[in-house]
Amino acid sequence: MTEIETFYDVLRRQGISRRSFLKFCSLTAASLGLAPELAPQMAYALETKPRTPVLWLHGLECTCCSEAFIRSAHPLASDVILSMISLDYDDTIMAAAGHQAEAIVDEIVEKYKGNYILACEGNPPLNEDGMYCIIGGKPYLDQLKKAASNCKAIISWGSCASWGCVQAARPNPTQAVPIHKVIRDKPIIKVPGCPPIPEVMTAVITYIATFEKLPELDRQGRPKMFYSQRIHDKCYRRPHFDAGQFVEAWDDDSARKGYCLYKMGCKGPTTYNACSTTRWNGGVSFPIQSGHGCIGCSEDGFWDNGGFYNRLTNIHQFGIEANADDIGKTAAGVVGAAVAAHAAVSALKRARDKGGNA
Amino acid sequence: MTTKSAGTHVEQAIYVYEGPLRLWHWINAFAIITLVVTGYFIASPLPTVAGEASDHFLLGYIRFAHFAAGYVLIAAFLLRVYWAFVGNEHARQIFLPPVASRHWWGEVWHEIKWYAFATREPKKYIGHNPLATLAMHILFIWGIVFMMITGLALYGEGAGMGSWQYQWFSSWVIPLFGNSQWVHTYHHLGLWLFIVFVTVHIYAAVREDIMSRQSILSTMISGWRTFKDARPADDEHS
Repeated sequence: MTEIETFYDVLRRQGISRRSFLKFCSLTAASLGLAPELAPQMAYALETKPRTPVLWLHGLECTCCSEAFIRSAHPLASDVILSMISLDYDDTIMAAAGHQAEAIVDEIVEKYKGNYILACEGNPPLNEDGMYCIIGGKPYLDQLKKAASNCKAIISWGSCASWGCVQAARPNPTQAVPIHKVIRDKPIIKVPGCPPIPEVMTAVITYIATFEKLPELDRQGRPKMFYSQRIHDKCYRRPHFDAGQFVEAWDDDSARKGYCLYKMGCKGPTTYNACSTTRWNGGVSFPIQSGHGCIGCSEDGFWDNGGFYNRLTNIHQFGIEANADDIGKTAAGVVGAAVAAHAAVSALKRARDKGGNA
Repeated sequence: MTTKSAGTHVEQAIYVYEGPLRLWHWINAFAIITLVVTGYFIASPLPTVAGEASDHFLLGYIRFAHFAAGYVLIAAFLLRVYWAFVGNEHARQIFLPPVASRHWWGEVWHEIKWYAFATREPKKYIGHNPLATLAMHILFIWGIVFMMITGLALYGEGAGMGSWQYQWFSSWVIPLFGNSQWVHTYHHLGLWLFIVFVTVHIYAAVREDIMSRQSILSTMISGWRTFKDARPADDEHS
């Protein structure tokens, strides 16, 4: 283990001053929502602990998680990849290729038994024995199971690995399933989003690398520090929601004034993520700030939740897709008509019976 | 239970619904009207109000009314469950339909025929007729339990992960339905279920009051059941 440099060693080798290192620790502690007195603890950890080996596997995915990750501003992704962890395998960004690259996975699994982190981007398809995703001539499912066999924990990057995402959307021809449906004996941290927020991704890694434990997770396995509130709860347009001020059409005056996008189908009220707090692109903006509603990309099954502009899910059991309002109005109408007809027949019958008795 | 003579049967009025039960009924009526109206406007808000956001709290008040009525409904329901234990036999009827009794199902069928105009005369009941018992149990009791649980789960989302509503309800209800949007969708479907229920309930109560052999509407006000003929009731043995 000791042949691996610590985070601090790497930084010093790169010519970064101790002062800059301590500033980094303070900033990262703050971004993780930790108390100020934990910054020295973080510094100590990064000075003394060997860097955690990480295997980053890619299943069925679109690489948007990687694209997001490399844009993290606090901390910079380069700091995380080059210094904080020891990213030993990531077929998208590593220079090595071919059998030698694939051999790294086997080596890490044996050499760092129980000490490495497995980061999964994308998910495995189960149909046709996993033939819908082949890595180095073998099904991705095999690589995933092999890599997971000795890992300390798994990070499920993005909605693919966490929930299934687009490739698992109905009818799911490849039977793509999230990681936790295949690997059941390892702790799994879900970091959903399509993609997840860059700063959330790097912060999760920083937390694990620093404290050598997993962040506190909610019941569905997401880190509470980033997924405990809905977009809606911290949305800067929330006052317009409470006031009853809504965008009613994309080009109306309310849209120009930046009113609430609830009526345009914004899924902020049903979506657990940190977009309205951390925002994107180094804190520049997030979907609602740019004038479009949230599409709920970090929610389980978001592709099967009906249109991006509906706040209620379409219900397929009724043959054609119908939303709850259509079903309810139809049912209320049918029952209302039935009641009226029944009342009319009852009245006629009663009148006839009375007539007969008279 | 004022008078109950075995053979000839001469009583004219029986005290069926005790005070707390009648109070529950009318609290429910007002709470459900409030919940349905505010619930609809939470899902489909009123047109945008003009002016500064700080001058208005329209949807805020509508949501407050919804939550307040919801808690009233829940508190009343909990007291009603208590009353099912300590009240008279009629206080238990809609909680425990005798589904194991073949005879009871026969009477349900008879009541269905009465509603289908396939029989000339309904049976006579001191409590609910069997079809009403069944409808109340399934649509109302289970319907209201469903709405209370999903409602608390949705409330817990706003109250936050530290709240008891989140820990007791949202934490398992949301994963059970898959995601928050499905809980919203089914809770909204429940709104329409209650519109249908109220429609049928009011119609059936008025119709029964006119066409059946016992009083309905006045009973939920006074508590006393009166009858239009002196023949024995069909649920007297129960």
